[in-house]
Amino acid sequence: MVLIFAETQKGKFKKTAYEAVTYGYKTAQILGTECAALVLGTASGLEELGKYGASKVYHVPDAALDNFDSQVYAAVISEVAGKAGANVIIFSHSALGKSTAGRVAARMNAGSVSGVNSLPTVEGGAFRVRKGVFSGKAFAEYEVKSDAKVLSLMGNSIQPEASGQPAPVEVVSAEVPAARVTVNKLERVEGITPLPEAELVVSAGRGMKGPENWNIIEELANVMGATTACSRPVADTGWRPHHEHVGQTGIAIRPNLYVAIGISGAIQHLAGVNNSKTIVVINKDREAPFFKAADYGVVGDLFEVVPRLTEAMKKFKAEH
Amino acid sequence: MKLLVCVSKTPETTAKIAFTNNNAEFDSSGVQYIMNPYDEWYALVRALELQEAQGGSVTIINVGPAANETIIRKGLAIGADEAVRVNAEPQSAWYVARQIAEYAKSENFDIVFLGKESIDYNGSEVGPMLAELLGLPFISHATHLEMEGNKARIVADIDGGDAQLEVETPFVISAAKGLAEQRIPNMRGIMMAKRKPLKVIEPVAAEDLAVTVRFQLPPEKGEVKLIDPENMEELVRLLHEEAKVI
Ligand SMILES: Cc1cc2nc3c(=O)[nH]c(=O)nc-3n(C[C@H](O)[C@H](O)[C@H](O)COP(=O)(O)OP(=O)(O)OC[C@H]3O[C@@H](n4cnc5c(N)ncnc54)[C@H](O)[C@@H]3O)c2cc1C
Ligand SMILES: Nc1ncnc2c1ncn2[C@@H]1O[C@H](COP(=O)(O)O)[C@@H](O)[C@H]1O
Repeated sequence: MVLIFAETQKGKFKKTAYEAVTYGYKTAQILGTECAALVLGTASGLEELGKYGASKVYHVPDAALDNFDSQVYAAVISEVAGKAGANVIIFSHSALGKSTAGRVAARMNAGSVSGVNSLPTVEGGAFRVRKGVFSGKAFAEYEVKSDAKVLSLMGNSIQPEASGQPAPVEVVSAEVPAARVTVNKLERVEGITPLPEAELVVSAGRGMKGPENWNIIEELANVMGATTACSRPVADTGWRPHHEHVGQTGIAIRPNLYVAIGISGAIQHLAGVNNSKTIVVINKDREAPFFKAADYGVVGDLFEVVPRLTEAMKKFKAEH
Repeated sequence: MKLLVCVSKTPETTAKIAFTNNNAEFDSSGVQYIMNPYDEWYALVRALELQEAQGGSVTIINVGPAANETIIRKGLAIGADEAVRVNAEPQSAWYVARQIAEYAKSENFDIVFLGKESIDYNGSEVGPMLAELLGLPFISHATHLEMEGNKARIVADIDGGDAQLEVETPFVISAAKGLAEQRIPNMRGIMMAKRKPLKVIEPVAAEDLAVTVRFQLPPEKGEVKLIDPENMEELVRLLHEEAKVI
């Protein structure tokens, strides 16, 4: 059986949880088995996961699980997986998923692949799955040889599909060890989709000249409903917060649309963004390397082009 | 404090990525190798800062062939006290984690540092596996770490924000940007590194449960479509009708 760990934030499912269940359902079909989901801690709307393909939702409602400790989560997830007879466990490739998947793999003696971005194939008994490697510069196909398998799913690799029925929820008891990591505070930027989950991203670089000019970027992002990002020197000099830094040493993203403004397109920057579905580059220098990785390019002064684009987006939004 | 830093070797960040043997292997010809930036710039430097402030020792460990000793010596030149190399060609995160766990389990390190990910296979897997094998707490993507006795105050990246955490030693931690500032080895460091101990140990048997079988380069982008900078309505139209992303 395939077991999906469905991640919640403040008791609600994130889009990545629906992606994971959709992916798990399709994986279960390929393997000719069922897909169940597992939810830890206080949460609501569990039966909804059935719509995305879970035939059953296991729930360990222990409030101690409202705070995350990878060691505790790994113990509980492994126990439920064992009881349920699951041999494929799937996580989202989120901060939480990344630090738990490897632990669960180690406990279950499972082969694991992190950050997968396509459905597995099974040929002649060989289970293979693909992920991005070399910071987005290539893909690798992995073969998982063990019976037990652990995967983490890269965000935005599959669209959630809700076509089924709500699923029965089964409360299960599991031993919850005492947490050794104390969570004092969680600070999240509210109201904005975090970069790893964002479908639309507006990003700017050193061509902006200084932090005081960022209002035109924020306005464009606002109109589009996009999340903002930046190049590394911009974060390093403190023009923008470091969590906006994308690239090889920042975060890797794969939105549907990446708009790069005043960014030259150095290979280390591209490493974090070149898996974006569509790339728009706005740069005054036609020779900027970013144009080679772009689908659409605008050669011009960003201080003129960006406000114009914002106006055009406003008009589009008003009409659609 | 007794500190361990796990360091890996990765292709240099501008290296040309190509494959050989029918796309089954990474083509390393002409590729320059470096210490994984997260390991060198953040994990190692923060460990050294703690040791400089409170005493103790910093050991670096690498699972890899003899050719990796250039990178290991660089770690010693930056300031680590000693190094261990597990003499094996690593094939998977699980294999690496098993080797490091085998060495670390009897050494009683207070903190084991890793990078948040290796920039070649981008796994973020060795850290959690190692922590599980050692039965220790694991904090990933740390951007700040302060010690107060045996208590650590940590800030870590989470999706769309930060978490403020506390944990007591011993624990395993992975380093993200912000944890420390890169250090360049100086001449004295480089000279001293030559005399520092580098112990080579043989690997224990461990299975590779997940292995790469084939590589593929992303499809080439077609020629960029240039849009008149005066006509942003056209760009919006294309994004809507052609690319279908808005
Ligand atoms: C090991 C290593 C890791 C790295 N990791 C990363 C990483 O993760 N992410 C990252 O981003 N970088 C990374 N870098 C840095 C990278 O090499 C580049 O230096 C950086 O991406 C450049 O940032 P930029 O494009 O904002 O600035 P620049 O290269 O200075 O480019 C600015 C661009 O703006 C354009 N411009 C200027 N004025 C205007 C205007 N008025 N209108 C329109 N266009 C204008 C210019 O033509 C130019 O192309 C890394 C470097 C190293 C060595
Ligand atoms: N061969 C290795 N030897 C020692 N440490 C390693 C090795 N491979 C990976 N690591 C450590 O594990 C971290 C995460 O690597 P990965 O799981 O491959 O993304 C790296 O930043 C290193 O700290």
